[in-house]
Amino acid sequence: MHSFGYRANALLTYALTILALMCTIASFSDNFNFPSPSVEIQVLNFNWFQKQPHGNDEVSLTMNITADLQSLFTWNTKQLFIFVAAEYETPQNSLNQVSLWDAIIPAKEHAKFWFQTANKGSNLRGKEFNLTLHWHVMPKTGKMLADKLVMSGFRLPEEYR
Amino acid sequence: MCLTGSESPVVVVLSGSMEPGFKRGDILFLHMSRAPFRTGEIVVYNVEGRPIPIVHRVIEVHEEGNKGNADILTKGDANLLDDRSFYANGQHWLKPQQIIGRAVAFVPYVGWATIIMTEKPIIKYMLMGVLGLLVITSKG
Repeated sequence: MHSFGYRANALLTYALTILALMCTIASFSDNFNFPSPSVEIQVLNFNWFQKQPHGNDEVSLTMNITADLQSLFTWNTKQLFIFVAAEYETPQNSLNQVSLWDAIIPAKEHAKFWFQTANKGSNLRGKEFNLTLHWHVMPKTGKMLADKLVMSGFRLPEEYR
Repeated sequence: MCLTGSESPVVVVLSGSMEPGFKRGDILFLHMSRAPFRTGEIVVYNVEGRPIPIVHRVIEVHEEGNKGNADILTKGDANLLDDRSFYANGQHWLKPQQIIGRAVAFVPYVGWATIIMTEKPIIKYMLMGVLGLLVITSKG
């Protein structure tokens, strides 16, 4: 019972168990964070809106994104993956979600920002769409969390340009 | 397997296409549910002809009503282009049936043991040899 082999085995098992327990506790501590993020997206301009040869429409728009996501960071957060998705309905598909822009925020200091960006997607004339800012909290270890803020009421131009 | 609903509940990240979030050697815990897929979710999927499943993020979803049929497009966070070139020939969209799970939690570094044993089989044989010797020479 006192050989090197037995002791090494017992030590290794104990160390791994403690490590697993610490990872679980670290992840659990994220439950005590109550975030209050704020986001505002303005569509500044529809740059172009054309019908493509293979049937899809293509649109390019410039958005201004202002956000304060600092409250989402905890000590167990490695980074925040955020992206803006446009959601809309078409006759064939009841739900379409297209990601327009994404970014990785590595630290709390970078989490308050504003951004101007030009993007494209495939949409249809006169369509109403929602812009949603999604964020995925990627922890240093443990459970990943995701949430979003929906901003509705955007509309594509009626005519191609 | 029963708890998570997926056929392989734990996977090791093999490539750097999801950096800096997931690095080579990290372990991902998967969960599968009947809920429809949405953009932003990190999914693990199989492609015909490729033995290893791919772990990437969903960037587009086009869903047809409640029948559960959908067209899905994925992309690795660190890649410039989407995954269309990985899908089977002629396939432009991923189908929900090809997805084997969603990543819900992760632990860093632990998967390196698996990677080392797969890529340098000599270490696997050495380890098995040592364990075998221990079994033979133990007194219990």
